Amino acid sequence: MSGSIRIDRRTTIKWMLAATAALPAMQSSALSAELLPPAKGYGTDPDLLRIYAPGDLWPLIFTDANKRTATALCDAIIPADAGSPSASAVGVVDFLDEWISAPYVPQQQDRMLILAGLDWLDDEASRRFGHEFADCSVSEQSAICDAICYVPTAEPQFAEAAVFFARFRDLTVGGFYTTPEGMRDIGYVGNVALAQFDGPPAEVLERVGLRGKAS
Amino acid sequence: MPFVTPGTLGEYDVIVVGSGAAGGQTAYTLAMEGARVLMLEAGRNYVPESETPMFHRPGMAPLRGTSTTDKPFGFYDATVDGGWQVPGEPYVNTADDDAGRFDWWRARMLGGRTNHWGRYSFRNGPYDFKPRSRDGLGFDWPITYEELAPYYDRVEMLIGVYGASDGLENTPDSPAGCLLPPPKPRVSDLLVAERAKRLGIPVVAGHRAVLTRALDHRALPSKLHPGNAYAQKILASHMQSRAACFWATPCGRGCSIRANYRSTTVHLPPALATGKLDILMNAMAREVTLGNDGRASGIAFVDKTSGETREARARTVCLGASACETVRILLNSKSARHPQGLANSSGKLGRYLMDTVGSTVFGQIPLLESLPPHNEDGASGGHRYAPWWLYKDQLAGKLGFARGYHIEFGGGRLMPSLTTLAGIEWVTNGSYGRKLKDDARRFYGSFMYFDGRGEMIPNEDSFCEIDPDVKDRFGIPVLRFHWKWSDHETRQAAHMQRTFGEVIAEMGGRVRGELTTDGAKAIVAGRLDHSRGGRRHHGDRSREFGDQSLGPGLGRQQSLHHGRCGVPFQCGQESDAHDHGARLADRRPRARADAPKGIMK
Repeated sequence: MSGSIRIDRRTTIKWMLAATAALPAMQSSALSAELLPPAKGYGTDPDLLRIYAPGDLWPLIFTDANKRTATALCDAIIPADAGSPSASAVGVVDFLDEWISAPYVPQQQDRMLILAGLDWLDDEASRRFGHEFADCSVSEQSAICDAICYVPTAEPQFAEAAVFFARFRDLTVGGFYTTPEGMRDIGYVGNVALAQFDGPPAEVLERVGLRGKAS
Repeated sequence: MPFVTPGTLGEYDVIVVGSGAAGGQTAYTLAMEGARVLMLEAGRNYVPESETPMFHRPGMAPLRGTSTTDKPFGFYDATVDGGWQVPGEPYVNTADDDAGRFDWWRARMLGGRTNHWGRYSFRNGPYDFKPRSRDGLGFDWPITYEELAPYYDRVEMLIGVYGASDGLENTPDSPAGCLLPPPKPRVSDLLVAERAKRLGIPVVAGHRAVLTRALDHRALPSKLHPGNAYAQKILASHMQSRAACFWATPCGRGCSIRANYRSTTVHLPPALATGKLDILMNAMAREVTLGNDGRASGIAFVDKTSGETREARARTVCLGASACETVRILLNSKSARHPQGLANSSGKLGRYLMDTVGSTVFGQIPLLESLPPHNEDGASGGHRYAPWWLYKDQLAGKLGFARGYHIEFGGGRLMPSLTTLAGIEWVTNGSYGRKLKDDARRFYGSFMYFDGRGEMIPNEDSFCEIDPDVKDRFGIPVLRFHWKWSDHETRQAAHMQRTFGEVIAEMGGRVRGELTTDGAKAIVAGRLDHSRGGRRHHGDRSREFGDQSLGPGLGRQQSLHHGRCGVPFQCGQESDAHDHGARLADRRPRARADAPKGIMK
């Protein structure tokens, strides 16, 4: 353990339930006040031109164990394939660490949910397979993920874990597709200056059934 | 020295409070015609050419650029030191529920709220000036569209607005030479146009303040400043400093090449070049001061750098501090002669506050899935929109609400943000792993939004006043808001929801979530901040706020021109731009007869 914050399991479960309920009141609870390190946001007039990296603005709180589990789950969600690298390979775990460490209310709510969820994931893997999530085979990871990957169809005992997975997936997907590698994979070809804007190419119009209708 | 300090103020003909659309245009017009102007801005100087993160990707920003309380429209939004809350500058709502709350967007920086808007720039139509005569609701303006039209022409020529003239009801055409050519449509624009037409909804070129080509610096200056060679020369030079859009980067960040409108890239540089405009930053206006003759003599302001209260003096005072802040300044300008505040003998100051009616539906369009990659950045905002189309049904009483809305829409293959694919499981049923990556490739570009932006009817229950107890950090009494939508607005919002559902269905798409047919829930609560009103202008003296006793010191025209002639302030995501009330009204007094022309250095 890196030793910055160690959260006992009972607290974790309380957090997760509270976070799942997404109660704003949680922010003023003694529980969060006691465990959250004091940190400031970037203020209302930050330098917009500077390029920021996780950890530049507030201390990061993932433990090594958190990172190990988060890396495994990130890459279960966005693995490497022929089109692009895995999420962890392009810094998404660092982004998640930045996110849950941030001093803003929505991110602090996510902190509760994600730290608790990562612990739950290791507990569940240990219960089923006798080792932590990061040590699971792909099929073992899938067995757990399949149970929690879609809130509307998750069994009742996995309802909270499914909420955690949905949030973790949103952050992983958002983190990944905002990188140059993710943008390239998805086919975003803009953010370059052009002499003129030509509109959709003929091939696109053809596909949509609008050939000859461009104006 | 264009940027002055409280200790280096000169002598001025006019003080302009505020540096946004109203203050910027006022200062521009006055300085170009030779008046000596002092502009007061409550925030800091801001230099778009060197501060705009044009090509930065979300991954370069904290939290992928997501919105926070420090930067409510995202890290790269051009607004700094602003938002729905400004530290140390509170305001009060009498209700804290969504339906009864008014959220007030402010920007304490040079350029004010022109730093954050969608660049949608429409003209009011003839009906909009005489609504009471047409449907018996609200108030008629004392002027007609025809009287204002020449000023719309001039504003369009000055700031640069793309669009087309389509000959549609109450959607005025611009004379030749006013508008820039619209950008080519994106594929989604073409699809919406084809399918909405089946529902009788017209889809035409959007009108936005973005240069699709360089301004005509040879022809326009003489039209804008006839007989004023000096102003023409300055404006021609300035127009050459504005580049045409290079079809990249979100307008909401501002524009370092000056291709879109904001006060700091369009109004202020030529005004400063005349040498007639001084700007004082960090000057928080407290009240209008009066001379012994009872006329406005200047502005008392708090110098934020020292905390001291100072006074600036001029022959004329213009308040362009935003609809609500201007009301606040006038209400706080109390004296024995004006116990209810200045320009408020009618007691109507702060009344009839309005916002834009808004509602949004998201959809996914299978026809737009898996398209070959192509660049859809375009002019960042909407290339097409749908103006209100049901005037006849409405007048016949068939709709159940009295005023219309327009539709802004978009989506497509814009630069991915943290939320572009958020919640994607609604179309994937929860995929992850390699399947999710394939799904992302398939669905990216197929999501669309439809925003309604509609007209509110002024009512007796929506207004602001001075709170009797609360003061800001400068000791200045703050505003207290009262807010209530009428059935006209909530039914309009429900109509938006049904209509957008029909358009999405006609496109073969599916709506995300459920349509909200309960208008009270469909309406966006107090968050569009297209605030207008507060100072009415009416032929009926009993309902006008104006104060006949003021004399020329605080002239009616100067104080009125930014009342209901709202200027465009919008709130949305970077590429999600909108404003029904984007009414660029230039109703400034004509050049003063005694102002020297063409002789300034």
